[in-house]
Amino acid sequence: MNPEELKYTREHEWVRVEGEECTIGITDYAQDELGDVVFVELPDVGAATAKDKPFGAVESVKAVSDLFAPVSGEVVAVNGDLGNAPETVNTDTYGEGWMIRVRLSDLGEVDSLMDAAAYQKLVDELRS
Amino acid sequence: MKLKQTPLHGRHVSLGARMVQFAGWDMPVQYAGLIAEHDAVRSTAGVFDVSHMGEFVVSGPDATEFLNYVLTNDVARLRKGRSQYTLICNEAGGVVDDAMLYQLTETECLLVVNAANMETAWGWLAGLVGDFEVQLENRSDDYCLLAVQGPETEARLDPGCDLDLTGLRRTRIREVEVFGRGVLIGRTGYTGEDGLEIFCSPEDGPAIWDELLGLDITPAGLGARNTLRLEAGMALHGNELGIDITPIEAGLAGVVAMEKGQFVGREALAAVAESGPSRRLRGLRTSGRGIPRDHYPVKTEHGEGVVTSGTFSPTLQGGIGMAFVPPACEIGDGVSVEIRGHEWEATLVEMPFYSNVTQWRAKST
Repeated sequence: MNPEELKYTREHEWVRVEGEECTIGITDYAQDELGDVVFVELPDVGAATAKDKPFGAVESVKAVSDLFAPVSGEVVAVNGDLGNAPETVNTDTYGEGWMIRVRLSDLGEVDSLMDAAAYQKLVDELRS
Repeated sequence: MKLKQTPLHGRHVSLGARMVQFAGWDMPVQYAGLIAEHDAVRSTAGVFDVSHMGEFVVSGPDATEFLNYVLTNDVARLRKGRSQYTLICNEAGGVVDDAMLYQLTETECLLVVNAANMETAWGWLAGLVGDFEVQLENRSDDYCLLAVQGPETEARLDPGCDLDLTGLRRTRIREVEVFGRGVLIGRTGYTGEDGLEIFCSPEDGPAIWDELLGLDITPAGLGARNTLRLEAGMALHGNELGIDITPIEAGLAGVVAMEKGQFVGREALAAVAESGPSRRLRGLRTSGRGIPRDHYPVKTEHGEGVVTSGTFSPTLQGGIGMAFVPPACEIGDGVSVEIRGHEWEATLVEMPFYSNVTQWRAKST
């Protein structure tokens, strides 16, 4: 299940909003669709993200997938542990599998994100 | 269009497999996970449902003569109970499909073709019958096909089989009983491992599948099938082979028997062999975190090329791929692959990338 307290995008990223910062990862649906994740390509700390623009990529054995920024801002932290343990994205995607933390440049952007119920509806449609 | 289902469809669904559309079939791409399934085949044994593949039975007094005319390999090299990898080419030397040919009796052969090309191959072959005294039967719906692959295949299946499997050599096929059910069993596969392929009736399929899983053989999906065949350096029609690709370019001259006499595509292929192909299929390995994928551009000192298949290799823990490159490129050459806007270093390497059964594979030239 997708945690109630998170926000979601149509591109299957999750967002944990904490004041002016938010933590970003990919959803359980996304990791399940990708299968075994082997590399995660992430930006450097200090890089800018632009809403709906790619900020990195996830490589699974069978495919590569762009990561789209749910919000605009500046990258303030990157999960370096994914370099050695990319499979964490599969095993703990809402926890240790987080990818980047961003300081928001526009607090209003989070209002456009989906809540857990709306995201679940999207997933149900995709799986039907 | 309604997707076709194999006799094991219900088994896949109840195992929680991720199902995908493949060549008009609803097929399992993975069960527990691609890497776990891949590793099971490399270390112990896995079973694939490949019932979607097409089976044609060719019989009659002219069966071998007909097959020698429509296929590139030399059917005269076959004997009862043996098999060979072969190609169906058109007059221009393009590959209609690649196939496994099993000789069942002196006058009866079984040709196994790709699911994606079954209809095309059937129409193509039927159109070539002409005056040959031969009977062509499309038996694709009559066979459930299970590929059991991996180093422990023989040990696990032997107790349930009425034939001593140690005596069934590579490429051989026999009529046997497995778990008390009459089947054809061939020592063939598409993974670079020892293994057996079981042709059984659709009715017996689920029971045999259950027996195999009861022997702790891992169900494996199309995802692992692709990474395993890629590591084994085996071509996939639609990627390395196609109607606009000749076997000479794909490094499969070894299964084109120029000396056997007339066959469809011979003149065109002889011309390509004589003048030399304009591109060559090569293996490549990328450095670091770069993973080549289908259609990625390749740059070499002799010109441009393109990746035909690529993946992360679970066995080698890095990026591997096959690519068409200019013929002047040599094994060991440094090249670059454009991976999402970045140039990644890669090296042209010998194929297979990995194999436990190198003697079986048709040698590339």
